[in-house]
Amino acid sequence: MQGGGGGSESGSMSTVSREDNMVMSSEDSSCPDESELELGLGLSLGGFKMHQVSRGGHYARILTAKDFPSVISASSSPSSSSSSSSSSSSSSSSSSSSSSSSSSLRRANVTAGTKRNADSVAAANSSSQVVGWPPIRAYRMNSMVNQAKNQATEGFNSTMENHKSETSTVEKGTTGISSYQNSGNAKLRKSLFVKVNMDGIPIGRKVDMNAHESYEKLAKTLEDMFLKTTPNVNPAGLRALKLGMMNKLTRSSKLLDGSSDFVLTYEDKEGDWMLVGDVPWKVFLSSVKRLRIMRTSEATGLAPRLHERNCQRQRSKHI
Amino acid sequence: MQKEMAYSFPDEVLKHVFSFIQSDKDRNAVSLVCKSWYEIERWCRRKVFIGNCYAVSPRMVIRRFPEVRSIELKGKPHFADFNLVPDGWGGYVLQWIAEMAGAYPWLGEIRLKRMVVTDESLELIAKSFKNFKVLVLFSCEGFSTDGLAAIAASCKNLRELDLRESEVDDLSGHWLAQFPETCTSLVSLNISCLGSDEVSFSALERLVDRCPNLRSLQLNRAVTLDKIANILRRAPQLVDFGTGNYAAELQPDVFSNLAGAFSSCKELKSLSGFWDVVPAYLPALYSICPRLTSLNLSYATIQSPDLIKLVSHCPRLQRLLVLDYVEDSGLEELASSCKDLQELRVFPSDPFGVEPNVSLTEQGLVAVSLGCPKLQSVLYFCRRMSNAALVTIAQNCPNLTRFRLCIIEPKTPDYLTLDPLDAGFGAIVEHCKDLRRLSLSGLLTDHVFEYIGTYGKKLEMLSVAFAGDSDLGLHHVLSGCESLRKLEIRDCPFGDKALLANAAKLETMRSLWMSSCAVSFGACKLLGQKMPKLNVEVIDETEPPDSRPESYPVDKLYIYRSVAGPRFDMPPFVWSMDEAVKILH
Repeated sequence: MQGGGGGSESGSMSTVSREDNMVMSSEDSSCPDESELELGLGLSLGGFKMHQVSRGGHYARILTAKDFPSVISASSSPSSSSSSSSSSSSSSSSSSSSSSSSSSLRRANVTAGTKRNADSVAAANSSSQVVGWPPIRAYRMNSMVNQAKNQATEGFNSTMENHKSETSTVEKGTTGISSYQNSGNAKLRKSLFVKVNMDGIPIGRKVDMNAHESYEKLAKTLEDMFLKTTPNVNPAGLRALKLGMMNKLTRSSKLLDGSSDFVLTYEDKEGDWMLVGDVPWKVFLSSVKRLRIMRTSEATGLAPRLHERNCQRQRSKHI
Repeated sequence: MQKEMAYSFPDEVLKHVFSFIQSDKDRNAVSLVCKSWYEIERWCRRKVFIGNCYAVSPRMVIRRFPEVRSIELKGKPHFADFNLVPDGWGGYVLQWIAEMAGAYPWLGEIRLKRMVVTDESLELIAKSFKNFKVLVLFSCEGFSTDGLAAIAASCKNLRELDLRESEVDDLSGHWLAQFPETCTSLVSLNISCLGSDEVSFSALERLVDRCPNLRSLQLNRAVTLDKIANILRRAPQLVDFGTGNYAAELQPDVFSNLAGAFSSCKELKSLSGFWDVVPAYLPALYSICPRLTSLNLSYATIQSPDLIKLVSHCPRLQRLLVLDYVEDSGLEELASSCKDLQELRVFPSDPFGVEPNVSLTEQGLVAVSLGCPKLQSVLYFCRRMSNAALVTIAQNCPNLTRFRLCIIEPKTPDYLTLDPLDAGFGAIVEHCKDLRRLSLSGLLTDHVFEYIGTYGKKLEMLSVAFAGDSDLGLHHVLSGCESLRKLEIRDCPFGDKALLANAAKLETMRSLWMSSCAVSFGACKLLGQKMPKLNVEVIDETEPPDSRPESYPVDKLYIYRSVAGPRFDMPPFVWSMDEAVKILH
């Protein structure tokens, strides 16, 4: 609550600071001399070392996984995607090419809830590659996106379809708005968020369909979201589940080919539940309302499995 | 004997006196005087504000304050606005509603920010509170128009329904028709976030017709320009109005109808909306411009000349939100026309473009700082800045309380000298002694944090990105900023040392967010272990943090004080350091 519970709070604060032996400094809130501070912060935690970058006039360096010697470098290291060791100098040199190649990336960055895996593909040399930067609220982003789309469809600017941000023929007023979209490829797209639920997991997620170009990519994202993390927050079971998880990690995209315990299904605009993967991707995009990762045992009565269908097709071909 | 009498007022008297005390801070102070004042105060507290819904449990609130009529709750951390908090993180309101349904039958007001609100929650509200008056869902999500229908149908005395910036599953516009014919109590209705193309406009018109006290109405984008006149003529008493889309083919009769409708609104002081603006329709506003104090054109993609023309008609403007199409020239005009300006927000039209698309630089902000002495609140997106400009702004506007500057490219130095912008921001905190909120950007070293720690004594909220060199920076802030409540940091080289050295400080703050920094898992565990009154939560969507060495940095960290202990609704990708400790033992 604002202001806290008053008396009890201030009492506990002094108790904590007394028993804070693990806190090295006896610093009060005034700002001590820098050199004293260095000594005061000479705390080390089990061999953890940190680079001290010289201050003043130099570009700040952000620590990445590479700075931690004991660490196995993981392909999905959390900080690598957002480290930008250079800034404006490299971004201007290849503005047009980077905008087109990173178009889908900007798409991913602009929209909510998408995987950071998408970021690791990017070259980190421009603000558009970073999630959540510049700090513009999702609500505003969506509004601007929709605005550009409306302007295009209402014919205010017929050249919007193949727009690049440097195009001079485009009216200045609408130039900028399109960059809320992926201005490189310039297909106007807004986010298409659908809910995803997995059997056995009470809390659902949301995924941006427009951030994926194919079933494979979608399945990969969903597997990352649901199958790689433990579905169970029970602390006692965590270790056991972690071991079980390791097995899952070695498999590749299984949601589509029927070899996993789960299948990916979707509800279409008519309210019917179908297996994902049977129709062309674009058709799927236009009819999907939400997704469900269903237990295979429950997925009876849906359209036949993809591989079974393929077998049928194969058989009919040979006839 | 005499002493006792002097100190014993009857409870009723104290209660009466306390009823004049509205602010939470004062009420909290009152409750500390003595046990009997604590008791009396808690029974007559009607309004509770909970800045972090996980800091306390519903049961605890109900136990202490049994007669609450109005509650405000905030859920997700601020950085959720920028997609840094994964979906499913938390902030569910259902449990709160469920418990309050039983305990507070007279609850009349619920205000929520960044919370997940389901249709079930809305239906429960509609069912449980007979005197329900105010529902504000600011930047919330998880509900649909079905839930709104329940509210509309059941809440007979609804005064306020404000859905600003929420994400609503817009299934149909017919929910509006659920307001019974007997509902005449609406004062404020904000449906600007609704996307539906089929808002039941006739239902809306009828609703506006029968609510004579309607003061604030924000329409959604689906409402076309030609409909505005109809609405305004039904509600000439409006003080605050948000248009839908403001575009149509220019037709003289439509224009004059619109202009007439606007001019009939003698109380209108605040305008917003303005999606898809056709500039030719802006002069329809001229008759009310002299009265306007607040103008939100931040969705209006109109160019500087049109903006200048409009703004020059609004001498009383106190608040302006606008896109950077306004350019430096427009801001110069603003500076000369609008001497009462208190708040300015300039948003980027092309945030991901590498080259600037408009001529908006630091000069515009400098001009406003020069011309508008009452300037208090700034949010400014631009592509270049200099220390000199910041120093000028600081000296011109010592009354700034909120200063948020976003230089779009991370780590951009002073464009004139190529120095870091430490000195510029230092001047801001030094001169603006009442600064409560600050957002930094550009190239910044540990020095800027030294300034902030030294001068930012009233600073309550600080947002930092791509800044600093070492833990010293974080240490300056945590040890120096006495009033700090919220600190949010992303992509800075801050690690364990400053955090652990200032662990006690964290209990005096509402929350700390750190993402893409250098705080190790080991430090998080230590903090969680040693500080039982803090909830230390690690967010990692890729794999469990304990599957890696302890020295490995965590992806995202959210620490907040709580008297409720660790929460039980964490999704799989949020790891509480309380539980983690238990597991490994």
